[in-house]
Amino acid sequence: MAAPKVISRTSELEADYKYGFVTDIESEVAPKGLDEQVVRMISAKKDEPDFLLEFRLKAYRRWLKMGGKEPRWAKVEFPPIDYQDLHYYAAPVKKGDSPESLDDVDPELIEAFDKLGIPIEEQKRMTGVAVDAIFDSVSVATTYQKMLADSGVVFCSVSEAVQHHPDLVEKYLGSVVPYTDNFYAALNSAVFSDGSFVYVPPGVRCPIELMTYFRINAEETGQFERTLIVADEGSYVSYLEGCTAPMRKSHQLHAAVVELVALEGAQIKYSTLQNWYPGDKEGNGGVYNFVTKRGKAAGRGSKISWTQVETGSAITWKYPSVILQGDDSTGEFYSVALVNNHQQADTGTKMIHIGKNTKSTIVAKGISAGKGNNTYRGLVQIMPSAENASNYTQCDSLLVGDECGAHTVPYIEVRNSSARMEHEASTSRVSDDKLFYCMQRGISDEEAHYMVINGFCRDIFQELPFEFAMEAQQLLRVSLEGAVG
Amino acid sequence: MTQSLTGYERYAADFEALEGMEPPNGSAWLRGVRREALAAFRRLGFPAERRGNERWKYTNVAPIARSTFAYPFDVDMDAVTEAFLRQQGPWSDDWARLVFVDGRFSALLSTTFDGDDGLRLVNIGAALHKDGGGVRQHLGKLAQSGDGFTAVNTAFLGDGALVEAPDDTTCERPVHLVFVSSGASPDRVSYPRALVLAGRNSRLTLVESYVGPGDGRYFTNAVTEIVAQEGSGVEHYRYMTEGAGAFHVGSSYVRLGRGSSFRSTSFGRGARIARNGLSVLLDAPGASCVLKGLYYTTGSEHVDNHIDVDHAGPGASSDQYFKGILDGSSKAVFSGRVLVRPNAQKTYARQADKNVVLSDGARINTKPSLEIYADDVQCFHGATAGAVAGDAIFYMRSRGMDEETARSLFVHGFASEIIDSIELPALRSHLDRMFSVGPPGGG
Repeated sequence: MAAPKVISRTSELEADYKYGFVTDIESEVAPKGLDEQVVRMISAKKDEPDFLLEFRLKAYRRWLKMGGKEPRWAKVEFPPIDYQDLHYYAAPVKKGDSPESLDDVDPELIEAFDKLGIPIEEQKRMTGVAVDAIFDSVSVATTYQKMLADSGVVFCSVSEAVQHHPDLVEKYLGSVVPYTDNFYAALNSAVFSDGSFVYVPPGVRCPIELMTYFRINAEETGQFERTLIVADEGSYVSYLEGCTAPMRKSHQLHAAVVELVALEGAQIKYSTLQNWYPGDKEGNGGVYNFVTKRGKAAGRGSKISWTQVETGSAITWKYPSVILQGDDSTGEFYSVALVNNHQQADTGTKMIHIGKNTKSTIVAKGISAGKGNNTYRGLVQIMPSAENASNYTQCDSLLVGDECGAHTVPYIEVRNSSARMEHEASTSRVSDDKLFYCMQRGISDEEAHYMVINGFCRDIFQELPFEFAMEAQQLLRVSLEGAVG
Repeated sequence: MTQSLTGYERYAADFEALEGMEPPNGSAWLRGVRREALAAFRRLGFPAERRGNERWKYTNVAPIARSTFAYPFDVDMDAVTEAFLRQQGPWSDDWARLVFVDGRFSALLSTTFDGDDGLRLVNIGAALHKDGGGVRQHLGKLAQSGDGFTAVNTAFLGDGALVEAPDDTTCERPVHLVFVSSGASPDRVSYPRALVLAGRNSRLTLVESYVGPGDGRYFTNAVTEIVAQEGSGVEHYRYMTEGAGAFHVGSSYVRLGRGSSFRSTSFGRGARIARNGLSVLLDAPGASCVLKGLYYTTGSEHVDNHIDVDHAGPGASSDQYFKGILDGSSKAVFSGRVLVRPNAQKTYARQADKNVVLSDGARINTKPSLEIYADDVQCFHGATAGAVAGDAIFYMRSRGMDEETARSLFVHGFASEIIDSIELPALRSHLDRMFSVGPPGGG
């Protein structure tokens, strides 16, 4: 019954935010506020080993030292956040112990994910994607466990990984994004509830795409998930994430941390379709998406590639980065960021070249409509040790309407004379010539705009897995509703 | 902590001493402007903050803020000779010129040709006492938007250059403003100041030179304001070679009227920390500016070009083109910002910064940024930093040229794109010599 939904979900998108429903699920919520007790409680709930509790406490103390001052250098505006007025833990109440199979999962939950078009029932083998569904920061189901286990790939929630693979978690957690990194990373490290964990053993090419679906449901709850992906020598993995949240009048805080580690010759491809609730047309509500994402191309010849399509959130603040540590390693960043109405996005990447012959490519496309403000902010840093490093950066902005803003702020730091670094950027509106060409062939003004904008984003959509690319196109269209034509 | 960094007290003490020396019948207007500026400096301090300080992200001015530089109450005007000036910077006997030693006007070294082509060229200090009207209307107005450095300069406002081209006048004779530091001890600060007024449909060519002895430790804190009225054209050159131990912070503020054009080329070399700040406000249709720059750093020098272009009115265009050559363990910074305000439709803006890094110890930080709030615009920027030097030098060496010659030839070729566009033969030949084959900087 639900199967066709997956296929048709791209066509049934409506102008309004379709994922704005609230699921009536009994959930267990920690009292509001954050102190050491809450951190200990979260850790105890998850029956965590000592090293993790220590990690959390250190992070919490660090966060306290930062004095409640979130970074304000980004070109986004928001009222002060009362960090004591949030729930730091919310989880759907499980029936008995953790679910043995999908039959044990609350049907309401399965239905919620069905509505989102997320196939967590194993019957939907057709889609060929293994999914970890995360509901209010807690992993509720992971599909295709057996198939993955046969190939040696570990794909589970971080909580499970902590229980079953504590050595891996201890070794890599915080190794790319230390808890000292920034305000939100410290907060996340202290209170993260769940997230996905992936480990791909040496020489293994992960047989299917892995996907995590994030859903915020509970009100006044911060979502702090933590994703850790480790690709061992010579392995390959493609990972997708999608996210939605219900429509709420108040803002919701989402402060995730994603860490990727690629060892020698390994490749990680990480794709994001970010569609958190963007708030209404007047800018009420919506998710504050303050995320730290970073990959370490640690081994020789390793490669990390980020692709993101950012259409949701009231505020987006994220810079998926790559530390190019291994010689001959590669980093890529492909991004489409769209803002409409009162949305604000300050997003970009950091490419830190440390190893010899390291290469990075950045292609960022920004679209501003309505009263939105879109900033590309990126750093390319070539360290003295990075002999023959090269970077190519292209960032283009498109303005739709005269009340929006498009900003480009690249930081380029070169400390090696053999480096080759090129940066190009342009900002303009949809050209009248192109619109005229389309319209004289009978295409409506609105349709012509979509065509041009779609073409503008083509380079990025091509980097996405097919089904995601289809969805991204639709998402773009829905997000632009009312802005063009 | 901020207190000790800004060194407000030290500057305030000098300020009081200076005010005490003013004649009691001095200009009340001037006293008011100075006091206001000192209060602004007290509030702003020097921009030494390291966190969240985007305008000074790559240039740490703490060494300036922490040092004590004395106000030059007594200047030995004979310490600098014309021969020294001819040797230090560009020079032509045909140019009208005002010379300032440690910020103090030198009538002896200056020559104005009595304004034979209609130009008014005088010391601001004198002009303020005689007829305040036009000067007061503009002096310090554009600079009000400035930072702590500009505020201190205004607080010590005294001598300075007033360059005024009346309406509908073409001033054929280039104007040369020479600001020279004596390098006398104790370490001293000077406050060069210039106000340039280009009347309607006037034409004006201006060269600013900032020079000093090779070894002195001093601080030059310069402010230039340029107001170009409707239909005027200003050709502007800024030449800076301060000593290797010197600090230089230059802040230029330009306002362009309807249909006016401003073409500026800056050259920066030397100095322990040198900053060339240039803010251009285009708030009328048809205004245009072309801002070029060439910087060459060696040793442990640090040169920072900070360009702010504000498109506040529609139909204006701006073009920035900067080139940098870095050697030794020097550092160079380019940060160009283009702001296109909501009503500034039909704006054309371009930014480009190209760099060659000749040695591994050198470091370039470039940040060309665009901030755009209007949709019918064409804005671009580009930046490169490349190892082109290696390939080019290899090519020349494979044809039998020695390393030194090959490098110099490359540097000269890279720089000539900017140098060749200079309209003034005397300045062009001076820079040609500076970048010609031979040891860097030699003739």
